[in-house]
Amino acid sequence: MTGPKTLYEKIWDAHTVESREDGTSLIWIDRHLVHEVTSPQAFEALRAAGRKVRRPDLTLAVPDHNLPTTARRDSAGHRIAIKDPQSAQQLAALEKNAPEFGIRLIGDADREQGIVHVVGPEQGFSLPGATIVCGDSHTACHGGLGALAFGIGTSEVEHVLATQTLQLKRSKTMEVRVEGELGAGVTAKDLVLHICGTLGASGGTGYVIEYTGSAIRGLSIEGRLTVSNMAIEHGARAGLIAPDEKTFAYVQGRPYAPKGADWDKAVAWWKSLATDPGATYDKVVVINAAEIAPTVTWGTSPEDTVAIGGVVPAPESFADPSKQEAARKSLAYMGLTPGQKMTDVEVQNVFIGSCTNSRIEDMRAAAAVVKGRRKADNVRWAIVVPGSGLVKEQAEAEGLDKIFIEAGLEWREPGCSACLAMNPDKVPSGERCASTSNRNFVGRQGPGARTHLVSPAMAAAAAVTGKLTDAREFLA
Amino acid sequence: MKPINHVAGTAIPFGAKNVDTDVIIPAHWLKTITREGLGKGAFEAIRAEEGNIFDTERNKGAPILIAGDNFGCGSSREHAAWALLDMGITCVIAPSFSDIFSGNAFKNGILTVVLPQEAIDRLLVVAVDQPIDVDLESQTVTTPFQDRFTFEIDPFRKHCLLGGLDEVGLTLSRDAAIKQHEAKIAADLPFLATASAA
Ligand code: SF4
Repeated sequence: MTGPKTLYEKIWDAHTVESREDGTSLIWIDRHLVHEVTSPQAFEALRAAGRKVRRPDLTLAVPDHNLPTTARRDSAGHRIAIKDPQSAQQLAALEKNAPEFGIRLIGDADREQGIVHVVGPEQGFSLPGATIVCGDSHTACHGGLGALAFGIGTSEVEHVLATQTLQLKRSKTMEVRVEGELGAGVTAKDLVLHICGTLGASGGTGYVIEYTGSAIRGLSIEGRLTVSNMAIEHGARAGLIAPDEKTFAYVQGRPYAPKGADWDKAVAWWKSLATDPGATYDKVVVINAAEIAPTVTWGTSPEDTVAIGGVVPAPESFADPSKQEAARKSLAYMGLTPGQKMTDVEVQNVFIGSCTNSRIEDMRAAAAVVKGRRKADNVRWAIVVPGSGLVKEQAEAEGLDKIFIEAGLEWREPGCSACLAMNPDKVPSGERCASTSNRNFVGRQGPGARTHLVSPAMAAAAAVTGKLTDAREFLA
Repeated sequence: MKPINHVAGTAIPFGAKNVDTDVIIPAHWLKTITREGLGKGAFEAIRAEEGNIFDTERNKGAPILIAGDNFGCGSSREHAAWALLDMGITCVIAPSFSDIFSGNAFKNGILTVVLPQEAIDRLLVVAVDQPIDVDLESQTVTTPFQDRFTFEIDPFRKHCLLGGLDEVGLTLSRDAAIKQHEAKIAADLPFLATASAA
């Protein structure tokens, strides 16, 4: 294909091994991240068929979902046993499979360990223009660097391990253009929650979304990773943000980043990837950044968003009858009444973490709010879970851990934690949680748990007041 | 993947509509590390009841399941296909399937047969005490009473199922093209071609 192309089309074309008549293409995969939950059956199938991993050097294994966020080694350096036998078994399987197939493993006690989607960019393993996959739907995160990154199922994990390719159909393209400047105290998380509300949970189905516009360019790389992370929450296969000087500065010098002459080559190619003038998208959505307020969710879908100054909507306010029904169910589950002010909603739990918001900037934003303040008495449990061991080290070097601890929050070891509650970090049934994660589904943070998605500053503000709160009040 | 052509024998006359993957295999079974053994968790809620259709002397281990509309809707968990296989089911007949489920079934060598509701209704009656015969090569479902229903199937999927060709095997047969691309990346985009922390 000649003529002007979008960023997505350029990456797709550069990775096409061959195209078939039925519209599928065989796509080369540059980087494969593996964690303990979706990989055991893939390795098992390889073993049964006597197959090898084609490119172990392009594969990186990191446990994250099941790991407890409490200490993993005792004072003598011995492993502390994991109580849930099934979690222990999945972790043990990864520790056995990775070396057996020649794959590098960042283990539970390594200082680089963390959530796969935090570790990939942090290590320079994830690169702009690369095709990146992982058996996890939030792989879209890496699109913040300008990588074509998406989640895959276990058979596809096996397929990539064995062939370093995937059979895929090309997606439609959507541009979500956010123009203007975000107001003071309005963050990347508020921006992406607002997009979720605008597009709806399935508005991006069948598309790869490219986020463009001055507000997106104005975000830090951390912020861009936060936005792209949630592309899947509007149904998109992947999110993309064109790499620019900020991206290059972020990638340069990281352990796996290109070096020397390779670096110059890489930057030249990355610059060439930007969508050409005149290239068209299948759909374009324009959003005015100035209209975005700190945003929270009221329901059980990430599309159920409202500005913090707003109220719980009435189910009848939705035009679509099926949405009315869904809203009724959501409100019953969430224990909320239409018309209730969001700032009157009390929370008993606060979770700051997950691949959406556990990078150093997120830690800083939360610490700035709680500094010199105390957790409210009605907040029973508030934990801060850094996205990786390196984020943890950096935060500790800046004294952020002390700020959290003095405010009555817990400072934990890195992992997925209460984002999906596969480890012991769960929100009790019927209790509410202000959470910086990405999904407020029924039972996501534990059976019966009620989740309100918010930014790190907003979660910190909720910890201090015990209610959903406009974090801008704390920004003197 | 085992080649599949002829599936003959007991068919479980289940018939339920909109059976989602949570019904096929509840979420708490996702913490496993193998594909095997999930048969125990298959249709767990239904099978908790005494005298349920799956555990009768006759239906236990049956190779065919007859279901209603929209079989396999809900989450994308491949465990649903693994659970059916582990129960011994290699063929599901229904008026329609969710896309993700039929894809997962295919990837695991389960034949999904789509027939109109009238044909399903007839099979549900016959299957109560008679065997059903499914032939992929001729794309027909037959009964001992001269019933004969033909079904459509994507030619590519048919080819793969008959040959027991899994997607991995098929892609591996394109090794020359993959090698060529690999070499091109190494030449043009060396910074992507390898990943080392040296
Ligand atoms: S932090 Fe949450 S969303 Fe991210 S990879 Fe872990 S479980 Fe998935």
